[in-house]
Amino acid sequence: MLQQDSYKQHISQQFNSELEAVKNHMLEMGGQVEQQIGAAVSALVNMESGEAELVIARDADINKMEVVVDDECSRILARRQPAASDLRLVLAVTKVTTDLERIGDEAAKIARQSLRLAEEGISPSNYVEIRNIANHVSGMLRRSLDAFARLDVEMAVQVVKDDNQVDQEYANAMRSLVTFMMEDPRVIGAVLTEMWALRSLERVGDHASNIAEHVIYLVRGLDVRHVELDELVSQVTDEDH
Amino acid sequence: MNMQTHAIDMQALGRQPTSNLDTADTSLKVEDLRLFYNQDAQALHDINLEIPRQRVTAFIGPSGCGKSTLLRCFNRMNDLVDGCRIEGSIRLEGDDIYAPGVDVAALRRRIGMVFQKPNPFPKSIYENVAYGLRIQGINKKRVLDEVVEKSLRSAALWDEVKDRLDESALGMSGGQQQRLVIARTIAVEPEVLLLDEPASALDPISTLKIEELIYELKSRFTIVIVTHNMQQAARVSDMTAFMYMGKLIEHDSTDKLFTNPAQKQTEDYITGRYG
Repeated sequence: MLQQDSYKQHISQQFNSELEAVKNHMLEMGGQVEQQIGAAVSALVNMESGEAELVIARDADINKMEVVVDDECSRILARRQPAASDLRLVLAVTKVTTDLERIGDEAAKIARQSLRLAEEGISPSNYVEIRNIANHVSGMLRRSLDAFARLDVEMAVQVVKDDNQVDQEYANAMRSLVTFMMEDPRVIGAVLTEMWALRSLERVGDHASNIAEHVIYLVRGLDVRHVELDELVSQVTDEDH
Repeated sequence: MNMQTHAIDMQALGRQPTSNLDTADTSLKVEDLRLFYNQDAQALHDINLEIPRQRVTAFIGPSGCGKSTLLRCFNRMNDLVDGCRIEGSIRLEGDDIYAPGVDVAALRRRIGMVFQKPNPFPKSIYENVAYGLRIQGINKKRVLDEVVEKSLRSAALWDEVKDRLDESALGMSGGQQQRLVIARTIAVEPEVLLLDEPASALDPISTLKIEELIYELKSRFTIVIVTHNMQQAARVSDMTAFMYMGKLIEHDSTDKLFTNPAQKQTEDYITGRYG
């Protein structure tokens, strides 16, 4: 199994620092993406169109970071031919980066919805569902990145579990928003926009759950994508014994 | 989802799944093998290993770990070392190769070996390949011609040398000489091919040709290769055995060993960390 300081033990110091750097750049990108989601949601619930414009503009930076990290990964693959945990690290980093970039896109989408909402008027829901799910998925994203940084499989499993709950909350939110539309057809435009924002947040949860799965692959070498939750938990705990 | 209908042609990847071989597919079986040079210098400690038929098995490990010693046990090359003592058994298709009365020359016809430095005889290319048959008393020109051509073709050398078969083998390049030695070895149709660092004295392109050759030959022979080059082991082998200080630390499919080794020592070695 992978240990915390394993990137400092190569005979080649240069290789150590390359792996360390690519991992840190990815985590840095993760931090920025996390801020983007926070800013986009705050722009939406507080009707701050200036903030929303900033989020949309900053998405270009996130895209650039993806390219930089991927470039570092391909250089390591070509020059170092990493094996075992080093190989898994590089693969996991490229995959996590893809998910992070997509989360960045969702943040920009939410920002765009908030600009539309500013025109369409306030939604009657008071954004309770949005606040709730946004809290939940931001937490998942942060914990999936923490799990990556600390190589914490347990925390990663918890994130995958949380995603099921978010899916449930999303379904409930949809139902309650439909009720608003039935009560007052004049708010349909605003509520539909809100639904799109909710949809984006739900996708953020999915991506955070993907990141957590990459952490399990990184640490244990287990590929747990496309596996039911029960099966995933039993695979991970089997390895413990 | 049906895993068989994969978008990628798994055959084209060149790796058969090798993890679940049953014992019927074992070519060489090593049991509790211990080897001592002199009285108390133990070079191999209780090696247990099964080498699957028609697969490539690579031995990797740092210098002095015993991988070449183990390879040389398979065709009893260590018999030539004074004071060398072997305990345990090695079975080739069930026959104990260290049993009393085993004809070592006959054993080495079944288990051929190629060394690090190409060692062609100072004879013509043709005679180098025909040598093994001639010492078996086969001298019919038609038979020899056929075997020489077939062996050189198998060693991917025929097209390069077919017009100069009578020239000295010593005029060939290092890479060609090594392929010639492989052709000479497979001319007598052994069951097992032992390769001791077959490409370490060659340039990268010749190395790739040897690796390609190894891949082609495994459909006919069981191949065991010792290599210092880990990437080479990862490229050519189906199974990899990692040895350290005379012990077999881990033996698994190459895919598994290079992506998720079970032992920390293996991981440290293949990723270039302090042991």
